[in-house]
Amino acid sequence: MTELRQRVAHEPDAPPEDKESESEAKVDGETASDSESRAESAPLPVSADDTPEVLNRALSNLSSRWKNWWVRGILTLAMIAFFFIIIYLGPMVLMIIVMCVQIKCFHEIITIGYNVYHSYDLPWFRTLSWYFLLCVNYFFYGETVTDYFFTLVQREEPLRILSKYHRFISFTLYLIGFCMFVLSLVKKHYRLQFYMFGWTHVTLLIVVTQSHLVIHNLFEGMIWFIVPISCVICNDIMAYMFGFFFGRTPLIKLSPKKTWEGFIGGFFATVVFGLLLSYVMSGYRCFVCPVEYNNDTNSFTVDCEPSDLFRLQEYNIPGVIQSVIGWKTVRMYPFQIHSIALSTFASLIGPFGGFFASGFKRAFKIKDFANTIPGHGGIMDRFDCQYLMATFVNVYIASFIRGPNPSKLIQQFLTLRPDQQLHIFNTLRSHLIDKGMLTSTTEDE
Amino acid sequence: MLELRHRGSCPGPGEAVSPPPREGEAAGGDHETESTSDKVSGAERGGRRALAGSWLEARHLRARVGPVERQETDIDDRYGDLDSRTDSDIPEIPPSSDRTPEILKKALSGLSSRWKNWWIRGILTLTMISLFFLIIYMGSFMLMLLVLGIQVKCFHEIITIGYRVYHSYDLPWFRTLSWYFLLCVNYFFYGETVADYFATFVQREEQLQFLIRYHRFISFALYLAGFCMFVLSLVKKHYRLQFYMFAWTHVTLLITVTQSHLVIQNLFEGMIWFLVPISSVICNDITAYLFGFFFGRTPLIKLSPKKTWEGFIGGFFSTVVFGFIAAYVLSKYQYFVCPVEYRSDVNSFVTECEPSELFQLQTYSLPPFLKAVLRQERVSLYPFQIHSIALSTFASLIGPFGGFFASGFKRAFKIKDFANTIPGHGGIMDRFDCQYLMATFVHVYITSFIRGPNPSKVLQQLLVLQPEQQLNIYKTLKTYLIEKGILQPALKYISRSCEEKETEASASPDMDLALSPRLECSGAIIAHCSLNLLSPGNLPASAF
Repeated sequence: MTELRQRVAHEPDAPPEDKESESEAKVDGETASDSESRAESAPLPVSADDTPEVLNRALSNLSSRWKNWWVRGILTLAMIAFFFIIIYLGPMVLMIIVMCVQIKCFHEIITIGYNVYHSYDLPWFRTLSWYFLLCVNYFFYGETVTDYFFTLVQREEPLRILSKYHRFISFTLYLIGFCMFVLSLVKKHYRLQFYMFGWTHVTLLIVVTQSHLVIHNLFEGMIWFIVPISCVICNDIMAYMFGFFFGRTPLIKLSPKKTWEGFIGGFFATVVFGLLLSYVMSGYRCFVCPVEYNNDTNSFTVDCEPSDLFRLQEYNIPGVIQSVIGWKTVRMYPFQIHSIALSTFASLIGPFGGFFASGFKRAFKIKDFANTIPGHGGIMDRFDCQYLMATFVNVYIASFIRGPNPSKLIQQFLTLRPDQQLHIFNTLRSHLIDKGMLTSTTEDE
Repeated sequence: MLELRHRGSCPGPGEAVSPPPREGEAAGGDHETESTSDKVSGAERGGRRALAGSWLEARHLRARVGPVERQETDIDDRYGDLDSRTDSDIPEIPPSSDRTPEILKKALSGLSSRWKNWWIRGILTLTMISLFFLIIYMGSFMLMLLVLGIQVKCFHEIITIGYRVYHSYDLPWFRTLSWYFLLCVNYFFYGETVADYFATFVQREEQLQFLIRYHRFISFALYLAGFCMFVLSLVKKHYRLQFYMFAWTHVTLLITVTQSHLVIQNLFEGMIWFLVPISSVICNDITAYLFGFFFGRTPLIKLSPKKTWEGFIGGFFSTVVFGFIAAYVLSKYQYFVCPVEYRSDVNSFVTECEPSELFQLQTYSLPPFLKAVLRQERVSLYPFQIHSIALSTFASLIGPFGGFFASGFKRAFKIKDFANTIPGHGGIMDRFDCQYLMATFVHVYITSFIRGPNPSKVLQQLLVLQPEQQLNIYKTLKTYLIEKGILQPALKYISRSCEEKETEASASPDMDLALSPRLECSGAIIAHCSLNLLSPGNLPASAF
């Protein structure tokens, strides 16, 4: 959601300006002026306007600038409402949506690659790109989903074999794709083909790995999925508002419309928003509990005893703030402290993902990744900041919240040899005895 | 070790960038043109490489001549030619100067250029092989350092090619950033894998504990810093270039760094898992070359015109036989067969163990047709030799695809070799291009078929958990082990009576819970409960 502000000022029908920027744009992807009307300067054709006819007619009376505002506003509200509906529908639907978003993002980026390299007629290449997407997805879903569906997998014979040799099967599938690529190299197009190969792999790295991290976070508890995403969205909107009303000092040459006032205002607003949101959500079990697959009902359940993170605790307010607020202690969920860290990341580092996408678009002279959402561009435009966020949340959870997954460890343990198992068992026992968790007599209980 | 012949007529170092040769020369021509002195040196180098390097040598030197077709590009971008539809109009990158040592040159000055090339290649090959043996002798730690060194050099070579292709010497920050990313990714991988092996060492030091516990976070923070620096370093006129180099760096990291770490993982499994695959690939190269030289007739793939089916199949069979024999020879020695462990008392790596079943001779009955041929009913083999057949098969059939990939890459970017580090052979990357796929395959093979996850890693993760979780797991494991009979429930009685008599019996809990197969007689129990607390009469009968 980074080019939000820039695209608001975009005037789609201002030819003189475009001519000037076109000549300047000849030098490697730079658009000179503030109003980045890049469409005409790019060698890539702009897709047709996708705004539904209904909206077009309803807003036909307004001037084009306000029309854009309204289109964007309505679509924003539509997307947020859609988001709420999906949350309501549950984790399974969320997983499917994440997967669809991933596929669409991949498609958008690959299409850009095709457009850049004029490589429509490269033999095999579309097939190979989708094949690699399938392989990598198969690998990741196999690794993660097997852990969560462990009992189900163990019951069914074919699934068990698939999961036991999962790495080998995935590797074989990938190898087949690799060999097909090598066999498909055509005399005159080596470089192009290598470029597309590299492009596909980098896209897979960015899009697929991070969508799987999103799903990991989701399984940890829906709050770990919802709070980060909302913080990024809030930061975009707040930074825009602050910049609109108070913006004065430009932030970075790459995005001339961003200002320091918007950046800092967005930061504080997002932290506050994160605190409030996590307070509201921590009260509900369906958000806070890890998603588990129930074998009996064959569905996902979110039912548990909330962990310490989600129980109200008293905190002493430091002296500084005491005088300001006048309270001695405050009751908060510990998760709210974590949400401060998440919001801080979303406001300070998240925008770098946006700058990266923005630089990418300038480098390849495209206005938007695609034209899927009227007024907003493609799915990738909406999700560029989210990706860094997903990785951060995952690393944060793994480092600070919980250690490795105990059930996964038990599974790994079960695959070891008996002497290795015994060695680990004995080491664990002595460790527990050292810690005083276990005495030699109580262990027989 | 790949596409060396077809570049026989590449311009020598003194020659200016000539009109680039036609992409994809015709196969099979075998005439020499040695018109100018420059061409002689170029052809000579190419010929030397061609003769010894390509493993399906069918004919002698073949110069590449052909008209140049400069195709019009339609890009107005300064670097647009990089994206053109056909890549035959891109000027070739001039190769670096010849690095053959003077000594060798003088010694071989008498011979004709062709045999001189042969000799240089041969000598360098033998040198590399002896260096390899020397390092194996010096032990696993040296091997790890060698792998790290090779990884860094390969990375450097590929990045340098990127610089040359994109003329991006003057991009701000970029060299720094590339090396920084290399450092980050290496830090991440070494922290994940090596820390497991050094678990005992790490537990002692406080700072290391901290680093290990928050390892992922620290690595991610380091990577992020690099990412933000990249974004901040984007310069107006060079966006596309900078993104290209960023992607180039990441793909290179993916290829070289992740796979060198897989090599090290294989190494820790046992040096034989490192040696046999690498030697199979080398053997495949050499024997396919020899077979191609003597019997080569049918071309294999358009990408490498000198490779022939005869070489491919001959190489396959000889590699399988070689792998079989090498596995047999190496399986006898504990030094090669045992997993590498770090002993904290000795502060070094040791490879001492009871060889697993894989490395103990077993008798197999031969299938009938082999019986007739060999006239033996049974044969004594190490089970590892069966696995080595799988490894050699992969090395011969799929390994070459790594070579074709590198070969296509070199053609795409119009380079003769990755670098000129090794005289006669090109860069390090030229030697190791087939190895990379092999390393990944061996790793996947080991984790799928030989053993499950790494036990020390499981232990490491167990120790990181919360104490309550550890207790739960402990109870689950105990139940499981008792069910499986690996742990004898009756030993609870023994341990209790041991502790009643001697309060500090917890000092050596391992002795109480021994492998049940060892409990063959009451004497053993006394030996295990070595604090002379029990008399055989106290033991319940079910302990046996």
